[in-house]
Amino acid sequence: MLLSVQGLQKRFGGLVAAKDVSFDLAAGELLAIIGPNGAGKSTTFNMVGGQLRPDTGRVMLAGEDVTGLPPRLVWRKGVGRTFQIAQTFVSMSVVENVQMALISFHERTRDLTADATSLYRTEALAILDGVGLTEMADRSVSELAYGDVKRVELAVALASEPKLLLMDEPTAGMAPRERAQLMELTASIARARKIGVLFTEHDMDAVFGHADRIVVLVRGEIIARGTPEEVRADQRVKQVYLGETGVQAALKARRAAQA
Amino acid sequence: MDPAFIVVQALSGLANASSLFIISSGLTIVFGVTRIVNFAHGSLYMLGAYLGITIVPRLLDIDRTPTMFFAGVLLAALAVGLIGVLMEVLLLRRIYKVPELFQLLATFGVVLIVQDLVQKIWGPVDIAGPRAPSLRHGIQIMGQRFPAYEMFLLFVGPAVLVLLTLLMQKTRFGVLIRAATQDREMVGALGVNQAMLFTGTLFLGAFLAGLGGALQIPRVPANGHMDLSIITEAFVVTVIGGMGSVPGAFVASLIIGLLQAFGILIFPKITLVLVFLLMAVVLVVKPWGLMGRPEATANRAVLPEGILSLKPFGTGERLVAALVVVALLAVPLMGDAYKTKVGIEILAFALAAFSLNFLVGAGGIVSFGHAAYFGIGAYAAGLLVVGPLKLPMEGALVAAPLAGGLAAALFGYFVVRLSGIYLAMLTLAFAQITYAVFFQWAEVTGGDNGVVGVWPSAWASSRSVYFYVVALLAVAAIVFLRRIIYAPFGYTLRAARDSANRADAIGIDVRTHRWLSFIVAGAAAGLAGGLYAFSKGSIDPTLISIGMSVDFLMMILSGGLQTVMGPLVGAGFFHAIKDFFMPLTDFWRFFLGLSIIVIVLAFPRGLVGAVDAGREALAHRRAG
Amino acid sequence: MNRAADRILLEAKGLSASYGRAQVLFGVHLELRVGEVVALMGRNGAGKSTTLKALMGLVPARGSVRFEGQDILGQQPYRIARLGLGYVPEERRIFTDLTVYENLEVGRKDATGDGRAWTLDRLFRIFPNLSEMKGRRASAMSGGEQQMLTIARTLMGNPHAVLLDEPSEGIAPVIVEQMADAVLAMKKEGIAVLLSEQNLYFAAAVADRAYVIEKGGIRFEGSMAELEGNDEIREAYLSV
Repeated sequence: MLLSVQGLQKRFGGLVAAKDVSFDLAAGELLAIIGPNGAGKSTTFNMVGGQLRPDTGRVMLAGEDVTGLPPRLVWRKGVGRTFQIAQTFVSMSVVENVQMALISFHERTRDLTADATSLYRTEALAILDGVGLTEMADRSVSELAYGDVKRVELAVALASEPKLLLMDEPTAGMAPRERAQLMELTASIARARKIGVLFTEHDMDAVFGHADRIVVLVRGEIIARGTPEEVRADQRVKQVYLGETGVQAALKARRAAQA
Repeated sequence: MDPAFIVVQALSGLANASSLFIISSGLTIVFGVTRIVNFAHGSLYMLGAYLGITIVPRLLDIDRTPTMFFAGVLLAALAVGLIGVLMEVLLLRRIYKVPELFQLLATFGVVLIVQDLVQKIWGPVDIAGPRAPSLRHGIQIMGQRFPAYEMFLLFVGPAVLVLLTLLMQKTRFGVLIRAATQDREMVGALGVNQAMLFTGTLFLGAFLAGLGGALQIPRVPANGHMDLSIITEAFVVTVIGGMGSVPGAFVASLIIGLLQAFGILIFPKITLVLVFLLMAVVLVVKPWGLMGRPEATANRAVLPEGILSLKPFGTGERLVAALVVVALLAVPLMGDAYKTKVGIEILAFALAAFSLNFLVGAGGIVSFGHAAYFGIGAYAAGLLVVGPLKLPMEGALVAAPLAGGLAAALFGYFVVRLSGIYLAMLTLAFAQITYAVFFQWAEVTGGDNGVVGVWPSAWASSRSVYFYVVALLAVAAIVFLRRIIYAPFGYTLRAARDSANRADAIGIDVRTHRWLSFIVAGAAAGLAGGLYAFSKGSIDPTLISIGMSVDFLMMILSGGLQTVMGPLVGAGFFHAIKDFFMPLTDFWRFFLGLSIIVIVLAFPRGLVGAVDAGREALAHRRAG
Repeated sequence: MNRAADRILLEAKGLSASYGRAQVLFGVHLELRVGEVVALMGRNGAGKSTTLKALMGLVPARGSVRFEGQDILGQQPYRIARLGLGYVPEERRIFTDLTVYENLEVGRKDATGDGRAWTLDRLFRIFPNLSEMKGRRASAMSGGEQQMLTIARTLMGNPHAVLLDEPSEGIAPVIVEQMADAVLAMKKEGIAVLLSEQNLYFAAAVADRAYVIEKGGIRFEGSMAELEGNDEIREAYLSV
């Protein structure tokens, strides 16, 4: 198993943000965590990524215990991530963003003399090619449309050849078509390179169109899990999260995915 | 120890805490709503004291009663409240949206202006105030005498806390202030006149500062140093309590008051150091103070205030750089000793400013106490040459950057754990510790008089030769720092500045890299300080003062934070202007303060930034 | 009655706006009539949010904006709000340190014109959840409850029209349904609503008319039914 999350628990003051959260994720698989706002999705996510330390429970990555490691060390173990609001180096160009990730990957961040703009540029351009950003390589990230910034983030996350990708609301703030394109791109890369993808999302097309399995969190607890079909048919999920429109949207997304 | 003594000591500590709280609560409320750390809050306090010693005696002449005394105190406080309103309308209103560094500098400009105005109106001599009728006696506590006025003060602070709490919780004004503390734009969009709210807040804050000042007049004479000494303490209180939190300020005032009362018994000379150490420890454990909350980070990707895209030198720039170096080499040949001296100073300042922009521009680490490392370098060099070791200049110039770097390693260890305004406050606090140590440790440092007789080795004793020594070392250090900015380490610093989350998520140890950059900048500033020491032949604590730190910030600001080379232009410009104007007027602080405000308001991108913007606009027009 | 309903409440002509040197809006024309719900559709970055902010005075703009017959362009946001234009931002931006009651207090304004003033009782009839948690800190509310509070807070200012920025973005489907109900409830109370939206289903469920904005200009104007029937426009500008 690539990722095994076992009994994670986290309290903030009196609030239980996550309670006995457990799930597994295989290489090349896409697992979605869904649930209402404030259900503990981000908390769970941040415990896997190292931004938060769980009160109890374990996070195992390829058999190795990574619980409580800081994000930079979790990253060294092969975990790339993207953020709900894209986090990039806004003062740099697109290719420099990826070069920065490569400089870190090759442990050269303390180099005081080399010329950073030419370092790993070829490799960075190859990665940009993989996400279709070659033409924008030398533009400043601050000038890009948001959909493209999200792809820059994906390229940066892929630079370290991760085993696992964590994507927090990858399509938030994007137009419908951009959403579909980003999810298709992510799914194809994940399957081709056997990368596991754990993502949270509110967009029903992204969830029901691309996830292999879905976990539903409500008030910090998993109330349902399974294939998209199983989750869509679950009455409790319909009641507390999907509602009538959500079920309709899910159905449509499944049909489109299977067509 | 005698228990009665301990009780009296504790009471006097609490009376101090009470006064400190009255002042700090105003500072923290103003910060909460306006997000501006008002350096001039101390000036408002000083004005409260001066207005107190002016108004209160007149009223006491009419009728020598406690009522008249307190009416006078309240009048003084109200007058200061109105001065606060004036300050909001004339200045603060224009700087709510500029980066915090600019806000700090602009309000420091007000500090300078008020200093000169106070001196003009009330003169340079301390003025003792009247004592409060009916509160002049002493109270017997366990056989010890305790002044009644102190006892009275002890209750004023808690009373102010209760009134402020009622105001905040029970009135619409209070609810609006608390809402604006969180999101002032949204408050405006809901139909609340923000301008009125902000003006009202400034009135309240300034009133509290004035009240604090006016209440001091029976205890301390009004004097021209009250502003900076109280503002440093008030900063410490608000930072420890959590900026924007009134209860936090209360708790912190109590802690500081007691720490000072008992610290003075144990370490009489370094109570200030104790206070700052407490602040450093609190911030490491709770980075937003005891009762503060994290600063809301902008959710959108905003371009940072600092160096943006890096372009290597083009032919034009190379030519300019070569010309500058040639012109530099020609300075001593002109045979004007004074120009050579100014040239040496500019070179030393240029290196210090460049090292500061290495932190601010590339690392996003807004240090408000860079003078500490400059000063430590200067003192290290000076004391090694003059002190028992009698080291030659060469050895001292090796020691200067080492000392600067070591100090930066020690202070930076704490500093890089913070961000934003808390970071700026901590750097300021460390600089003040350094200042206090060098000022008070007179046996070693010469105290106020400093160290004299710091001259170069014989071979470099001619001013021209020493100029070349400075030019060589300063230019080499600047070239090296510039190289680092373009190297992976410099990129990593910018990455951590642009998005610490993203940097962390690609394996960058943000804290360690920021710490290393702090050390490098501290070492460079230390070298600059060492070079400066030998040019003057003497060193004194002003090299470590807030004023010096602000000078460095003004240099990088007038040059342009966004540019790599701007600080050099800024250093030359700023020092030349200051050197020219200072001898011409008694009001140089007034004019300096005014020019700081003008630069912040009119040229936020500095000289080089303005040139760049002009070039861009021209290119834009040609293309369009 | 029909005459009154046709009255134009809010009207923008040639509205342009820039962030720094980047121009975002290029002469937007739109209008909002008494009691109607209008959707401003377009993809991310098309200028929807900027349009609403420009109408509210939150970003500097050029052109002309009239509300209730008055020229409001260049006015301070609080003055615009006091004329009866409400604004609900995209990120909820409630005051989490304040209680529910205090949040509503910040929004409270006296009614202008002849509209029936909103009282807490009347508000709690539409948002029954909120009455049960009056004294609770807003930070302890769920995302959906906070979403309702933003609307309730704006209603406390007795607006004649409300600008609603991306009401369905980033929230759970069940909450989206509640948002739709809230919009329809406002309409029933006679409040006109201009909402920015990417989600065609949501817009179709609540809006009478729609504008489509792209690259800072209006590309389509018509009834919601017309937009749903126009594949070309949807394909070109909404990328659905």
